[in-house]
Amino acid sequence: MNEFKVLTRDSGNAVVMELHGFLDAHTAPDLEKSFSDLIGRGKYNIVVNFNGLSYISSAGLGVFMAYIDEVRNNHGDIKLTNMQQKVFNVFDLLGFPFLYEIYPDQDEALKKFDSK
Amino acid sequence: MKRIDKIEDSKTFRSTTTALSEVREFVNRYAVEFGFGDKDVSEIILAVDEACTNVIKHAYKGNPDAEFLVRVLGSGMEFQIVVRDWGDSFKPEEVPVPNIRDRARKHKAGGLGIYLMRRLMDTVEYRDKDKVNEVRLVRYLRNDQRS
Repeated sequence: MNEFKVLTRDSGNAVVMELHGFLDAHTAPDLEKSFSDLIGRGKYNIVVNFNGLSYISSAGLGVFMAYIDEVRNNHGDIKLTNMQQKVFNVFDLLGFPFLYEIYPDQDEALKKFDSK
Repeated sequence: MKRIDKIEDSKTFRSTTTALSEVREFVNRYAVEFGFGDKDVSEIILAVDEACTNVIKHAYKGNPDAEFLVRVLGSGMEFQIVVRDWGDSFKPEEVPVPNIRDRARKHKAGGLGIYLMRRLMDTVEYRDKDKVNEVRLVRYLRNDQRS
């Protein structure tokens, strides 16, 4: 079975969420839980590092859509970074670059939160 | 690697989300053997994943005792995957093209899968007859796509 793992850690005034493995309809609830836990702790500055993510389907994309409004309503953001090309292509096909900030590098995204 | 231009196989899967990785592996192998390159293989297995996710979530509404069938047919330059189920039928014409901003506002991700399938494959056809539902996904191998 293809596995999925989320690692979260604080970095300055933001939280970095590292995704690893395969994100599909089976594993999307794990990501949902991670977002829900962060938001429950009042963490709204979120950087998602996709470096270790090999696969995403629409079920995974849906999780980002589910939380973006709540995060922005609380003056935070979900910034996406370090995507492998094939993962970026899926985001791109669905027009996500118009709705989310996507950076090649995690540090760039963190700097945006630092300067807030 | 020499490509195989004649493929015919099918496999039954239990209707649970754990089956999705098994479906991807099943189709991945044949897409590679048929001669598709990495990018095309990724796109084909994503489209098949979306079709099967719809079966699991909507046709069978999460009933883990149900089963669906995935059939892979390759002939010449045409690579075809048929996903067959015996659950509730589906009306793709009732699914609008998703507006991503609107969807995010309403916290809805539904409809993204069908949109992706249509963008990724050359043909996406739905059929329901005598309580059997089928989605047929076709992708053509072009000379510039070969691995």
